[in-house]
Amino acid sequence: MTTPTLDRLSERSSSWLAPRSSKLLTAAMSLFVIYSLLPLAWLTISSTKTMDSLFGSFGLWFDGPFALFQNIHDTFVYQDGIFLRWFGNTLLYVVLGAGGATALATLAGYGLAKFVFPGKRGVFAVVLGAIAVPGTALAVPTFLMFSQMGLTNTIWSIVIPSLISPFGLYLIWVYAVDSVPTELLEAARVDGAGELRTFFTISLRLLVPGVVTVALFSIVATWNNYFLPLIMLSDPNLFPLTIGLNQWNQQASGIGSEPVFNLVITGSLLTIVPIIIVFLYLQRYWQSGLSAGSVKQ
Amino acid sequence: MTARTLTRVAAATAAATLLGAGLVACSDGGSPGGSPDGSGPGGGADAIEAALEAGGSITYWTWTPSAEAQVAAFEEAYPNVDVTLVDTGGANDNNIKLQNAISAGSGAPDVVQLEYQALPQFMIADSLVDLTDYGFGDLEPLYTPSTWASVSQDGIWGLPQDSGPMALFYNKRVFDEFGLEVPTTWDEYIDAGRALQAADPEYYITNDSGTDAGFGTAMIWQAGGRPFAVDGENVTIDLEDEGAQRWADSWSTLVQEDLVSQIAGWSDEWFAGLASGKIATLPIGAWMPGVFESGTQAGAGDWRVAPMPTYDGGEPVTAENGGSAQVVTQQSDNPALAAGFLQWLNSSDESIQVFLDKGGFPATVKELNSEEFLSHQSDFFGGQEINRVLVDAANSVGTGWQYLPWQAYANSVYADAVGPVYLDQGDINDGLVAWQEQNVTYGTQQGFTVGE
Repeated sequence: MTTPTLDRLSERSSSWLAPRSSKLLTAAMSLFVIYSLLPLAWLTISSTKTMDSLFGSFGLWFDGPFALFQNIHDTFVYQDGIFLRWFGNTLLYVVLGAGGATALATLAGYGLAKFVFPGKRGVFAVVLGAIAVPGTALAVPTFLMFSQMGLTNTIWSIVIPSLISPFGLYLIWVYAVDSVPTELLEAARVDGAGELRTFFTISLRLLVPGVVTVALFSIVATWNNYFLPLIMLSDPNLFPLTIGLNQWNQQASGIGSEPVFNLVITGSLLTIVPIIIVFLYLQRYWQSGLSAGSVKQ
Repeated sequence: MTARTLTRVAAATAAATLLGAGLVACSDGGSPGGSPDGSGPGGGADAIEAALEAGGSITYWTWTPSAEAQVAAFEEAYPNVDVTLVDTGGANDNNIKLQNAISAGSGAPDVVQLEYQALPQFMIADSLVDLTDYGFGDLEPLYTPSTWASVSQDGIWGLPQDSGPMALFYNKRVFDEFGLEVPTTWDEYIDAGRALQAADPEYYITNDSGTDAGFGTAMIWQAGGRPFAVDGENVTIDLEDEGAQRWADSWSTLVQEDLVSQIAGWSDEWFAGLASGKIATLPIGAWMPGVFESGTQAGAGDWRVAPMPTYDGGEPVTAENGGSAQVVTQQSDNPALAAGFLQWLNSSDESIQVFLDKGGFPATVKELNSEEFLSHQSDFFGGQEINRVLVDAANSVGTGWQYLPWQAYANSVYADAVGPVYLDQGDINDGLVAWQEQNVTYGTQQGFTVGE
């Protein structure tokens, strides 16, 4: 599937336009890389500073005592170690929310791709429409609904909305159409395998790159989820990292303020480390998942 | 353990009784003789005692640093009561969450901290419990007149926790270095700003970007302006009264001559500017020393505090900048217990001591006048007895100030109206006129009769 893509690219690169445009592209891309990495560099460098040297030094170079380990230690013990609790909460929301979203999207996407039933076009329209609605727009109505059901300020107010991933469903759907040959399913049926057994022993294996892609998207989305927990949760013991860190940041404002900018920065660095690891580890699946369906076999 | 707890309860009860007796003694100044042991409809103080004895659980939202220690002390004194403490981080998030919970009809805490300026908004919306029936009227003599006025309009809607009478914090090291005198009038203040900029353009007399409505309104208050008058549904707004113009005129000079830094307050840049002295003064509330100590340790020893400059060189007059009270919400299932906690929180010696230990600036007359408080020498302020200056400020707050019933909204649009003037280095009066128009429109939409 990827071979024809590569062929086409190499064909193009041998044309007379290629050298000039590639220089330009390289320059543009380098700019983008710098643009994307600069904040990361700032974050990494700043997390090695004490609060005093944060204020008095140039942001993109080291200054003052090297306080990274002290900062990490302080981040974990500040306010009786609530950072660790937030870390656990984020993990819980990711496992339940993103895990559930991936499972549901896989089942539904596969079903829509491989089974014919009345109303399929309608479902298609609803899913496409749902992709177009940003989650933020639904946050307030969801809050009002959940508050009537008495679910606000519980972990379910974060997990349940995270379970819905129309984009993931669509991705699996498109991926399943191409990667699970209908002939294979028919063969399995002829051999007497039930639909569930066919799904788990044959289709799921073929779907792995798509599933990992959807999982990656859901994990990143849930890990970074901000607005929903902001309005749903008031108990700091339920906060995910995003809200918790913002609360530490807010602490710098107003009467009785206790600025802990160094801990906010170190906490942010610690927050993105797991997601970077997950991303680097799973990105090969992501690339192959994204190109799914882009080329006719 | 049990014995100790018992002793504490006994001590607390005894203290409360004594306090009550003291209050009866001093509250007979011509007021209609209501007995404090409350035969009234709410059951008065008795209902509170009974509720504290019976126990239960309540939720308390706050962003006060001392809250955790206060709640722990309370639970030790009243073992039957369980207080769930929620740190809301800051006033903004606190108000948004509270407004959400009130709109949703559930989820609000029993007791919550509110800034004085946000209080009328929740009071008018019928979201708070009138504490008059719990005998809270007897507590009036405990608090400074300006803070008590903020919680008592047609009822008693909370108890003051802290106050923020304004004073002028200045960086003595910078003043000495550039040979400046501490200004006593705003004209001298402007001259000091000019001298500072002339000597070194990196140094500014203060910072203000026209985005902090709390500062703007406090400065108008200090200049003698009383732009808001609220009488039930009738609201009068005049942001061009004499006092407002007096402030806007002198402050426009600072902005137009580029003497103020436009760094936004509470940013990391701001803390850095205070630590280095490049922001050389701050006219701000008396709660600021705690912020200095926790946020700008690099500037330790450099700062001092002086009374606010005046416009006419006469007697110092100041204003409240910030400060907050705790209130009981209508959603509370156990308002008597919530009121009991609130009463302990903001009027018991034990609780106020915890609050003071964390660097808070109280609203209670007794603490403000105690020799221990006044003679405290602050190391951060080079050993200055700062509380003498700050308590003088607390005693010279201009009277008669009112906030709008929609002050939180008004403050949120202040930056849109006044901020651009700072960027264009224009006349702040124009910004105030624009702010007035927005408020008249909004107030009318909300069903108030708004006069100008």
